[in-house]
Amino acid sequence: MDNVTLWQLLWFMVLGVSLIMYTVLDGFDLGVGILHLLGKTDNDRRVFLNAIGPVWDGNEVWLVVVMGGLFAGFPAAYASLFSSFYNLFMIFIAVIIFRAVAIEFRSKKPSKLWRSTWDCAFSFASIIFAFTIGLTFGNVIQGVPIDESFMYSASFLELLNPYSLLVGFTAIALLAMHGTIFLFMKTEGDLHNRLRKWVDLSIVIFVVLYILLTITTVRHLPFMVAPMLKYPILFIFPAIALLAIIVIPILVKKERDGLAFIFSCLAIAFLLMTAFWGVYPNIIRSSIDPINYSITIANSSSTDFTLKVLLTIAAIGVPLVLAYVAWAYHIFRGKVKITDTSY
Amino acid sequence: MDPLILSRIQFALNVSFHYLFPPISIGLGLMLVIMEGLYLKTKSPKYKAMTQFWIKIFALVFAIGVATGIVQTFAFGTNWARYSKFVGDVFGSALAAEGIFAFFLESGFLGILLFGWDRIKPGIHYFATICVSLGAHFSAVWIVVANSWMQTPAGYKIEGTGDNAMAVISSFSEMVFNPSSMDRLLHVLIACWVTGAFFVISVSAYYIIKQKHLDIARSMMKIGLFVAMITLIMQLISGDSSARLVAKHQPAKLAAFEGTFETKPYSPISVIGWVDAKNQKVHSISIPGGLSFLTYRNLKTPVTGLDQFPKEDWPNVSVVFQTYHIMVLAWGAMFSLVLVGLILLKRKKLENAKWLLWPLVFSVVIPHIAQQAGWFSAEMGRQPWIVYNILKTSQGVSLNISTSQVVGSLVMFTFIYTLLFCLFIFLLDRKIKHGPTEYEKEPDTAEVYTNPYEEETTGA
Repeated sequence: MDNVTLWQLLWFMVLGVSLIMYTVLDGFDLGVGILHLLGKTDNDRRVFLNAIGPVWDGNEVWLVVVMGGLFAGFPAAYASLFSSFYNLFMIFIAVIIFRAVAIEFRSKKPSKLWRSTWDCAFSFASIIFAFTIGLTFGNVIQGVPIDESFMYSASFLELLNPYSLLVGFTAIALLAMHGTIFLFMKTEGDLHNRLRKWVDLSIVIFVVLYILLTITTVRHLPFMVAPMLKYPILFIFPAIALLAIIVIPILVKKERDGLAFIFSCLAIAFLLMTAFWGVYPNIIRSSIDPINYSITIANSSSTDFTLKVLLTIAAIGVPLVLAYVAWAYHIFRGKVKITDTSY
Repeated sequence: MDPLILSRIQFALNVSFHYLFPPISIGLGLMLVIMEGLYLKTKSPKYKAMTQFWIKIFALVFAIGVATGIVQTFAFGTNWARYSKFVGDVFGSALAAEGIFAFFLESGFLGILLFGWDRIKPGIHYFATICVSLGAHFSAVWIVVANSWMQTPAGYKIEGTGDNAMAVISSFSEMVFNPSSMDRLLHVLIACWVTGAFFVISVSAYYIIKQKHLDIARSMMKIGLFVAMITLIMQLISGDSSARLVAKHQPAKLAAFEGTFETKPYSPISVIGWVDAKNQKVHSISIPGGLSFLTYRNLKTPVTGLDQFPKEDWPNVSVVFQTYHIMVLAWGAMFSLVLVGLILLKRKKLENAKWLLWPLVFSVVIPHIAQQAGWFSAEMGRQPWIVYNILKTSQGVSLNISTSQVVGSLVMFTFIYTLLFCLFIFLLDRKIKHGPTEYEKEPDTAEVYTNPYEEETTGA
């Protein structure tokens, strides 16, 4: 294995943090989208949309940061991933656009047909969105047949392998759970009480899938758990994640809904960190020859000089970003009220 | 058709469609700062209604701009993998800066702009407006820097050979301030301001013709015409400076702009015409010595012609010539319209001059024609290079994509963009017809969304 420089490692961590920020933030609005059709009345659905209305756009920008960061820091990995998964990413692009358009356009006309069309577009786009992210993750973790040229052309069916499908479904369940807890926090009255039941159900579905995924990973992808067996202290990551999830129903019962949402965020963060430990130092695993052909953070990165420039940009930019994201969230805290500037 | 030509078509489609929206965001960003500034200064509800109206339009444009913009971050990797690998070290840092500084500023504060009127003080709202406008401008900064680096590479060195060659930064400041970046950035931003001004002019003209929202429309017309006049004059200076820069750094491109096949003194500039590429001749109404004078401030100095370059390094002269001239003619059309508009405004005759108001309504498309044409001439003028004199476009395309894959995605994009464009026009039309909320009256119910399910049960 090539030697990983400090700068490569730091940029990998920046990307990891961005990916966690993305999943935690855009995760809840994707989750709301996944649940959208379960909202019975027009008012329910407008509450859903307005809960994410002022923030979803900003959340999605984290995806741009992750992709831009991959392009800048690990260009060879970016080039390989995006061209190899061409078909999958084209579908991804289509749903990103449809989803954005649906949120924006849905409430612009009172017609029932107009609204239910966009409701369906929004919800299906959110589901496919989450699923595609899961599929990509699954394939990258499991490995794809890249050779010494670092390239590979995936037919769409090859990407739909059992392990990746399982990751895809787990991703939908995870984000649905996260979205439910977010909505629970943002609502009041009758809808709030109905959501309480959804929270429990969504947790059960996710935990079942998660256990299934863990068993499959341990049995079929032993390299993912190898670092943990080597350094048992790493078990603390999945342990914290599971603990956080278990605490959520208790908090929900006690009406500590803000705290419940924070625990949901924590759970996602620690689940992802567990996965990062398993993947490191690979970005895309080669199933042909994992040792020599895998795309790693060492063999795909930009020069140390560029990485230092990038880290400087991040060191200035990220605190600023976090400050005004926090400010925007602060301004829109509290329960959703529908007014004449609403979606 | 091979993946190379299809990928080029697809990239052009993606980026052209995307580029309908950012200029409006950037231009309206400036207009919003002016309008809300006037509101804070005068406390007149007229300006508040005006600002709120344009924020809604801004939000619509911005949403589509973001959705189509995300496509671009995929487009480099999917179809141009070898290019991405080659330039990642240089290009990626500009892109990352864009993501962190620009998009967040814009989208983070837009929510506050739209929904924050009752939640924060007017001064803080204005601060958010300025941030959104700045964010919109920053987003242009980094992408234009990256593109300018492709036109006039600087501050880099090449490491590795063959397929493993990549350009790496040797000086970040030289890369950012490469010879063309500041000139081109200014040229792009001014064009965006012109776009914003014309959007405002167009809507005001429409209201004046329809005798609606007259009080607001008159003020908007004034703001629009003034900003348009100032920015159009700025653009003349910037255009001249950009062209001379092209002459210095990309002579083959300048030669294609004017169809200069032969290097000779008294090189002419064409006003309008066509290129006979086969016989290497230009048939046009032209000013002798014009190009020599504009480039070197001397009628005699010869301008480098295409004869100085091997034929395989020529861009498509006909297309570059035409798009370049369309851009210049569009400037002329805009300048004339605004000049006449301002004269009539001064004589207080504008409101009855329907013969001018209708053209002003449709003038909203002229800045877009100018910008699309300008970008086509800039990008096609760079061909056959993707990074000027370093990497050929054919060396940048992904090898692991097939013709059928790109045909499929091209069909998909065409379908999505058609749909998106129709929806955009439909909603824009609705917003404009509804107009600014009348500040002296109750809010119009058309914008306060009704619940279709309730309507049904009450039989309303």
